[in-house]
Amino acid sequence: MFDALSERLDRLSTSLRSKGRLNDADLDEALADVRSALLEADVELGVVRAFLDAVRERLSGEVLSQSLSPGQQVIKAVHEQLIEVLGATPLKVTYASKPPTVVLLAGLQGAGKTTTAAKLANWFKQQGRQPYLIAADLQRPAAVEQLRVLGAQVGVDVFSEPSSPVDVARKGISEASRLGRDVVIIDTAGRLAIDQALMDEVRAISDATSPHYTFLVIDAVTGQDAVHTARSFHDVLELSGLIVTKLDYDARGGAVLSARGVVGRPVVFASSGEKMADFDLFYPDRMASRILGMGDVLSLIEQAERTMDADVVAESAGRMMSGTFTLDDFLAQLNQVRRMGSLGGIMKLMPGVTKEMRSAANNIDDGEVARVEAIVRSMTPQERRDPAIIDGSRRTRIARGSATSVAAVNQLLKQFTEMRKMMRQMGNGSMPSMPGGLGRMASMAARGAKNTDALPAGFEALGAGMANAAASRGGKNKKKKGGRVTPPKQR
Amino acid sequence: MPEVLVSETAPMPVLEDTSLETRLASSRGVFDRVRSLSGVGDVSTEQLNIVEEVLLRSDVGVAMTNSVLDELKTNGAPDGIAAALRTILINSFGGDRSVRTSADADRVAVWLFVGVNGVGKTTTIGKLAKQNHDQGRSVLLAAGDTFRAAAADQLEQWATRSGAEIVRATEGADPGSVVHDAIGRAKARGIDIVLADTAGRRANSSNLLDELAKVRRVADREPGEVVETLLVLDATTGQNALSQAREFLAAANVTGIVLTKLDGTARGGIVVAIERDLGIPVKFVGVGEGVDDLIVFEPHAFVDSLLGA
Repeated sequence: MFDALSERLDRLSTSLRSKGRLNDADLDEALADVRSALLEADVELGVVRAFLDAVRERLSGEVLSQSLSPGQQVIKAVHEQLIEVLGATPLKVTYASKPPTVVLLAGLQGAGKTTTAAKLANWFKQQGRQPYLIAADLQRPAAVEQLRVLGAQVGVDVFSEPSSPVDVARKGISEASRLGRDVVIIDTAGRLAIDQALMDEVRAISDATSPHYTFLVIDAVTGQDAVHTARSFHDVLELSGLIVTKLDYDARGGAVLSARGVVGRPVVFASSGEKMADFDLFYPDRMASRILGMGDVLSLIEQAERTMDADVVAESAGRMMSGTFTLDDFLAQLNQVRRMGSLGGIMKLMPGVTKEMRSAANNIDDGEVARVEAIVRSMTPQERRDPAIIDGSRRTRIARGSATSVAAVNQLLKQFTEMRKMMRQMGNGSMPSMPGGLGRMASMAARGAKNTDALPAGFEALGAGMANAAASRGGKNKKKKGGRVTPPKQR
Repeated sequence: MPEVLVSETAPMPVLEDTSLETRLASSRGVFDRVRSLSGVGDVSTEQLNIVEEVLLRSDVGVAMTNSVLDELKTNGAPDGIAAALRTILINSFGGDRSVRTSADADRVAVWLFVGVNGVGKTTTIGKLAKQNHDQGRSVLLAAGDTFRAAAADQLEQWATRSGAEIVRATEGADPGSVVHDAIGRAKARGIDIVLADTAGRRANSSNLLDELAKVRRVADREPGEVVETLLVLDATTGQNALSQAREFLAAANVTGIVLTKLDGTARGGIVVAIERDLGIPVKFVGVGEGVDDLIVFEPHAFVDSLLGA
């Protein structure tokens, strides 16, 4: 989708550039494409309109930037507006002065409330709290049982009894106080659709327990109906925020924007998988890129996670950040990245990759990677640790050993040195020479370095993958003819 | 400990749209609006805009909506735009909607249920178990969702309610072996039909889809025969439903769709695109929580509700 959207906007560029300024007609054309993209992402029509009005206001009459194409400038404005809207009024989770802090979860059936309840309990536990779960969904067969199983998985007790949802909630809270638990999470019944009985029940629970936080659990694959759901719950419950689930699906998740748009409350948590740990605070920038289909960093992370050997990556990532990255690490990472699929495919998933880089990525020859590997493998362990000792005679030996040329060895060493420099900068959290998306990733990677568990392993290796992809691009003229052209990966 | 629980750091941005309510209201009964605009012959831009809005709001999707608009523009609307639109949509439901309930001689008919998490697979199986039972067929349920906590418990409650037998295994067991055992038991007891549950899985994970393909192969091996593979879709799902359908079609050779949760405000328009693009017919729709609220899909009724008639 990013391909389609950005290419359409690129075409627009040529006609706009000569004018130096965006006028209304140009904007109409650009925004029509953005509109399609948002609708394809399931953003509700009314929300799309309001959003485009805001973007138009932001852009109209603006002087065209020298460094960006007009199409890019539109994307940038749209992206910024998305982040602003998704990330405004962040919710700071604080705790009640008189515990327990009561959290109520509401939502439609199938949105993932029960799983979310357990994940949220796990999250609070990680924050050093002592959570307690209350299963007040007495509707769905086996819902209580499901929460008990999940609660056991995360080591949190679950309270329930076969009475009424309101009684369960009330007794659960006093039980939590008795046990000295400081956070209580109440799972409520969902219905297939909004109806009076559901609203009455959840309102009764809310009235009886006066929750400090009420979260609506909303499913990222929801379509246009998201606004209706969000509004109905908000009218009855006064939501404090949203929790978006099923971000591991390939849906673009426009429902988040729809719900955010009508409720005006922040998205607080994002849940992305079947494991209890797949739950985190919500990052607006990731969501914005995703809605626009601009390089699905999330799926890249997942892909990396599934295929990468976390230990190998973590070990070399640590050295990478401290600037003591060696050719051995480089080789290990190269192999990790190769396991993720073709480099061309990976490049397509990255945000901030320009059209030129993308087409170059399609021409990357995976055989070239094998050649790099051969060169590194022809070095002694000492040389790999300290490439500075590789003099002329060593170079000749390595070239012979790897059946390449001295020039190829030189090129690799040069690229490696540059990459190491870049990694060091990445460790410092600044990466001036990289395009926007990569800069963002770099700072995320830097965050990950400080906070080891916050970011999945593999981020760092992507930097290596990028550097390598760029390196391969340098040599593509020589190799292209005989080389295999990597087909773009199916998304 | 702070007493203030929610701290707002910035005012709500521009997106808060006070006129949204009005817009929502205006989207209801749009079919009437289209009808009221009905001229004969050519279609006006105003009419097309309304049609576009109706279709987009029903989750029909941008591509499908554009193709419908093109068709309207090309063919005109000799009997008024409402009739023309209705015809186009009804024609897109041209597939064979018959449901197979029996297998070849000496084999056990199997309905395999697939879909992502939370769409209502288990509930759908419960309801269809009851309906098959009421139609005089003996039913056995295979609790092939060995992943989700308590999924088998949920199915067992349905088995009790609908008078069906159930074969289940412990959590984490191999779903293929559960289905295999169920078919063996059904064969031994002369049971007419096996309804097999599978774990909900997201459609973009090849590992999970491979596992599903394996379950299907096991179910289709003698003495079993998969006569229907039903993809359960949630009507509130947006454009992702199309990609779900595509992936499950490839992995499990889906023969029909069960569209659930159609009793709410969601219209489930994405099935238009699914049937037209992928040729998978909708066979059942869920219009309520009661056992009898799962009904046979009827294109005319669906299109009318889609258009808010």
